[in-house]
Amino acid sequence: MAIKSPEKPAAATSSYKVIGTRPVRPDGADKVTGRAVYGADIRLPNMLRGRVLRSPYAHANIKRIDTSKAAALPGVKAVVTGADWPGISNKIEDLGEDTVNLGDLAKNLLAVGKVLYKGHAVAAVAALDDATAQKALGLIEVEYEQLPVVLDVRESMKPGAPLLDDKRFTDSLGTKSSEPSNVARHIRFELGDVAKGFAQADVTLEHEYRTTMVHQGYIEPHNATALWGSDDNLTVWCSTQGAFAVRDNLVELLKHPTGKIKVVPLEIGGGFGGKLGVYLEPVAALLSKKSGRPVQLFMSRTEVFEASGPAPGTSISIKIGATKDGRITAAQADLAYEDGAYPGAGAGAGCMCMLAPYDIPNILLDGRDTVVNKPKTAAYRAPSAPQAAFAAESLLDELAEKLGMDPLELRLKNASHEGTRQVNGQTFRRIGYIETLEAAKASAHFASPLGQPAPGKKRGRGVASGFWFNGGFKSSAYAQVNADGSVSLVEGSVDIGGTRASIGMQLAETLGIPFDKVKPTVADTDSVGYNAMTGGSRTTFASGWAAYEVGMDIRRQLVERAAEFMERAADDLEYVDGEVRSKTGDSKMTFAELAAKVNGRGAPVVGRAAVSPMGAGPAFATHIVDVEVDPETGKVDVLRYTAVQDVGTAIHPSYVEGQIQGGAAQGIGWALNEEYFYDDKGVLRNSSFLDYRMPTTLDLPLIDAVLVEVPNPGHPYGVRGVGEVPLVPPMAAVSNALHQALGVRVRELPMSPRRLLEETGVIGK
Amino acid sequence: MVALKSLHFTLNGETVDTLCDAGESLLELLRYRLNLTGAKEGCNNGNCGACSVILDGQIVDSCLVLAVEIDGRSVTTIEGIANGPNLHPLQEAFLQEAALQCGVCTPGFIVAAKALLDREPHPSEERIRHWLAGNLCRCTGYDKIVRAVKRASEQA
Repeated sequence: MAIKSPEKPAAATSSYKVIGTRPVRPDGADKVTGRAVYGADIRLPNMLRGRVLRSPYAHANIKRIDTSKAAALPGVKAVVTGADWPGISNKIEDLGEDTVNLGDLAKNLLAVGKVLYKGHAVAAVAALDDATAQKALGLIEVEYEQLPVVLDVRESMKPGAPLLDDKRFTDSLGTKSSEPSNVARHIRFELGDVAKGFAQADVTLEHEYRTTMVHQGYIEPHNATALWGSDDNLTVWCSTQGAFAVRDNLVELLKHPTGKIKVVPLEIGGGFGGKLGVYLEPVAALLSKKSGRPVQLFMSRTEVFEASGPAPGTSISIKIGATKDGRITAAQADLAYEDGAYPGAGAGAGCMCMLAPYDIPNILLDGRDTVVNKPKTAAYRAPSAPQAAFAAESLLDELAEKLGMDPLELRLKNASHEGTRQVNGQTFRRIGYIETLEAAKASAHFASPLGQPAPGKKRGRGVASGFWFNGGFKSSAYAQVNADGSVSLVEGSVDIGGTRASIGMQLAETLGIPFDKVKPTVADTDSVGYNAMTGGSRTTFASGWAAYEVGMDIRRQLVERAAEFMERAADDLEYVDGEVRSKTGDSKMTFAELAAKVNGRGAPVVGRAAVSPMGAGPAFATHIVDVEVDPETGKVDVLRYTAVQDVGTAIHPSYVEGQIQGGAAQGIGWALNEEYFYDDKGVLRNSSFLDYRMPTTLDLPLIDAVLVEVPNPGHPYGVRGVGEVPLVPPMAAVSNALHQALGVRVRELPMSPRRLLEETGVIGK
Repeated sequence: MVALKSLHFTLNGETVDTLCDAGESLLELLRYRLNLTGAKEGCNNGNCGACSVILDGQIVDSCLVLAVEIDGRSVTTIEGIANGPNLHPLQEAFLQEAALQCGVCTPGFIVAAKALLDREPHPSEERIRHWLAGNLCRCTGYDKIVRAVKRASEQA
């Protein structure tokens, strides 16, 4: 089969010179030759290797820990436990896409009093080598008192369920419950009057949808290397989505001043939200402080599965009513998210995203966050939205079937647009949801027949849509103009998927110079201003905005300096297309000429920017999938996949496509294979890449990314975040396709061979 | 203490004499003794392919090979794929096709793809997908990786 080149996006016809092109990324050569330094690749002189002791039980009181034998083992240089935290506070830290109670965080990283899930960290050691560290773990004596476990989101909410924390009360719509509970929070979003809305409906459908925990599945395990110097300066090298967030967490957890901490973000091997928080960094710091030497910690793959932050499992009931002609009159839902061992922010985003693509007058949503004996969940690409969309977009497909409407037409008829009010009270500015639906209808995929299945097999096609907010938050950057006409850009957004290019290209565009004249560097927390995490689909938007402002600052300075060189008043000059020109058109200096001049005489030119932009433009996506299923085995093949998305302006189209393709692939895995499989004691039984089966090259087709460009009015270049929304539609799209193929509605993920055979009655449940 | 074993082997075309523990994997030897950190540890049990190297012409997960097993044999790692400053066509194709995002699986994919192209210069898409099924990538959905290998094969 011939592989066609990706389609060029519409922006190729725009007036931009750099934006919309596909240059090689600045860090590319290092990454294809093995030279790029990731967190696990750093080596410091005199460095110790550490290991973490983890609980074998999912729920237990810690009666006693004795580390004396481990500490006495030759080669062991430090042992730490939860008793080494300098104090436990209950301050709430905002991680952008997640919030964390710092007391919970400390207890999650090194348990205090109780363990709440299998794999919960109990102690850590640092030794001369890894073998000694592992041996020392076996010498730590921990006496546990086992407790009953609760592992399911619905079970966790029942009266009499084992309590993870007998001092936790439900915050229900601002009121504290009288009895302790695993339900941390109950929230509500209300729009209009659902009773009235359902009364207007001709058709009403209601179902429950369930999902299990899934993992982000980044290939690089967590790692941290710390050096606590005798001058109390702490340096931490790690793979993180946010070096400043790591620093701020270290300040709070270690009670150590910000001015004494430097975090150096090394290259990061995937995150998808799972590397926004800290796991090993504070523990490595404690071990380094105790031993006086640098300490390096890694997680094994099993530790990553058992003890990092998967996405919450959910139980979501949803009811939708519509008129005969397909106008949705009301929607009501209960969304319960299992946040894992400690409360997180699962349900809130789920409620706000679930029906955002639709202009529905009457909505009532109740969200609950519960705790269970599983790891504390973390953000995973549009966190909470995929589970909610699985429910809503599956039920919409059923509604379309019931009404005899095309599912895209039903969505078009109810689509959100500029001016639509959301459940959180905000009103959409210019958005491109309708454009994605129209592009999906016009796509080659949608127009083509499904084709004949192989003998004995069945085919189906499904569609689904999704929404994600996209974020803004703080970014800083600066750049110096070099004598050779190049510009060195220093920014603070960890490059997880090509953002050195997408940020640097916006600086090149602003300055009117070729992209290969911009040299981006990602700096540590002492070497650039504050930057929020690489997450929330914010980086190309907000750090790109900072790069734009850096460019404008340089332009202003160059105009002033040119006035001196050209002996004109600055007001008579303007910066256009990489040149300073006189407005009368009789004289000019190019960027390259000015770069040489300003470095020869007078002060150098350094542009700087610190921004915290509002106005992130939301993202919408519509996906189409064709599947072929073997009814005898339940094996599903994805034949064709098209992902349409409003991407605002595609700065580097290849990396925009890459985000969409990667998100769709993760969604296909979530739909068909991926799940956290626990036994009744709370032991994760599939904590390896063999048993937690992520899609391979053989499981996926080429994925067509269709870029719809509706520029975001809230950004100088129209950027919308693109990275997260691609994970929102796939699960419902696949489920809807399987319904067409098999005639059954699968309302629980994953839609594995076993579940499909159960649903079709081939095997008993 | 366990006595160290001596090893003599060819690494990226050059002779290496070194020592290793009896229980040490080839991946550990490369990363910790020889400081070649291009091969990555993603799982340490042969499921992700991030540590792929070529051993006597065969693609292997270096985490599953004991270092003592490579005595007298020839190993090619990601650090030995480029010809000095000149990138291998696969490396160039990965850059042109934007076939990497985070990049941590990229060394393994390039090494694995080289082992394929060394024996089959013009593989089909299906053959490429079959060959690379032992390498996990979580960022790209494989679309651009498959395109890059195809592109490199067409230029060879």
